[in-house]
Amino acid sequence: MSKKNSQRTQKIAFSLLSLATLLIVIPVGLIVIIIIQKGIPAINWQFLSDVPRQGMRAGGIFPAIVGTVYLVLGAIVFALPIGLLAAIYLSEYSKDNYLTRIIKLAIVNLAGVPSVVYGLFGLALFVVFFKFGASILSGSLTLGIMILPIIITASREALESVPYSFREVSRSLGASKWQTIRHIVLPNAISGIITGTILGLGRATGETAPILFTVAAFYLPQLPASIFDQAMALPYHLYVISTQVPNVDEKVRYGTALVLLVLALFMNLVAIIIRYQFRKKKKW
Amino acid sequence: MRKIKEFIIEKLILVCGLASIFFVAMIFLFLLKEGMNVFQTVSPFKFLFGKSWYPISEPAQLGILPLILGSLLVTFGAAVISIPIGVACAIYIAEVAPQNMKEILKSGIELLAAIPSVVLGFIGMVTIVPWVKNICHLPTGLSALSGSIMLAFMAMPTIVSIAEDALYSVPKSYKEGALALGATHWQAIHRVMLPAASSGILAAVMLGIGRVIGETMAVMMITGNSAVIPHSILQPVRTLTATIAAEMGEAVVGSEHYFALFAIGIVLFIISFAINVTADLFLHKKR
Repeated sequence: MSKKNSQRTQKIAFSLLSLATLLIVIPVGLIVIIIIQKGIPAINWQFLSDVPRQGMRAGGIFPAIVGTVYLVLGAIVFALPIGLLAAIYLSEYSKDNYLTRIIKLAIVNLAGVPSVVYGLFGLALFVVFFKFGASILSGSLTLGIMILPIIITASREALESVPYSFREVSRSLGASKWQTIRHIVLPNAISGIITGTILGLGRATGETAPILFTVAAFYLPQLPASIFDQAMALPYHLYVISTQVPNVDEKVRYGTALVLLVLALFMNLVAIIIRYQFRKKKKW
Repeated sequence: MRKIKEFIIEKLILVCGLASIFFVAMIFLFLLKEGMNVFQTVSPFKFLFGKSWYPISEPAQLGILPLILGSLLVTFGAAVISIPIGVACAIYIAEVAPQNMKEILKSGIELLAAIPSVVLGFIGMVTIVPWVKNICHLPTGLSALSGSIMLAFMAMPTIVSIAEDALYSVPKSYKEGALALGATHWQAIHRVMLPAASSGILAAVMLGIGRVIGETMAVMMITGNSAVIPHSILQPVRTLTATIAAEMGEAVVGSEHYFALFAIGIVLFIISFAINVTADLFLHKKR
């Protein structure tokens, strides 16, 4: 092939590659813009602070927002300690052996289990077997197990990026292994751990399938009083008013979608910014 | 005293380290515990290859072949769309895009991954579904095709980010060697980098497909949910995941229908397990 020809091939190839990229980027941009544009008119104080009225065709989405906040907080309270300690095990204690390999494989699988299967699992274990019923507790635990792999993977990466020499210096000064982890490794990995936690929060906010049978209430105008109560949740509410309730004003649907999207994207954006700042400041 | 405290903490760390194995095993065991009950009334063969799914008729017919075919059709459509676009986008980000553009694109892809599936489903309902209806002159736009298009966007973040990682981890010297021999940048990508990153890209594709098979909400909202064997991609279909999500609310705990939905869960678990283990092997293939 002559030089000229291969230059032309390259030009064509690169234009195709950028075309493919545009095919992803433009729809994503459009999705976000459409939701913001059509959702903004629905957003006002009443929409955010009132209970749904007239068979969810009017009023607000306050109980759904509260339910989602409870669920997500419950999930993180459960998943963060376990996930962080699991990450510490993998980065500081595990040896390069079969057990470690199996743990890593289990994490990969946990991340790959379809979300609706988590729903089934939560139903069988928490709702039926432990008799928690459809409740915030069942939903939070189900979501917590689902976001565990996100937290483990991000925290482990953060811990492993702390230079080995930090640990050696600390140990040589007489600190024990746990003291080294507690006072040297963890503080230096904290921003990565926070990033992972926020990503987990974002994922838990948007998931619907795991909460379908474990907590979500179709319509429940009062706020949950304890962790054994059912609750409304934002993603399930969007599903309900989009498909189950006829003649819902489009504005209400877009408004609900916008609130959910903003919550999920905001957390991811925060995570991206923290990571970016951290990379810039990193001294080693 | 300090020794005891450290001992307890280290044991706790070990226990949490093993938690992932414990949870995967628990998920599988509980699916089995509930799901295996259905095989007292239906043989596994009839369950998997039975052609009709009428769980609440008398007697119930519990054949999930229409659901399996529905999942396969939607997944196939999504794969056809997302694999070429996703891999091309990964190459663009890894090799062609200027540095600052790269960061923006990667963040954009991450944001796509972060859009909740129920929001994508909603957007699909108000955009893709009417388009498909009008362009293909169908009575309803709720079809496998609409589902495929939507799911392609859910697979792309996975495909792009893992394939981009795979390309990035090809040693710089490979590319430099090719360029030094007079190859153009594209020739270096096409003949050297892509083959070198092939196992990672394959893993990316598999994980993207795994994401599609397991996707529930968006699929339930836009594929039309009709549990019959599809003959064309323009027909409404119902996937394995959507069946569980749509019917579990009505199934009585302990009924045959309830057990059958758990048995579908077993099928999904095994599919995702197989995909993830294989993809992991590809990712860790020693060169």
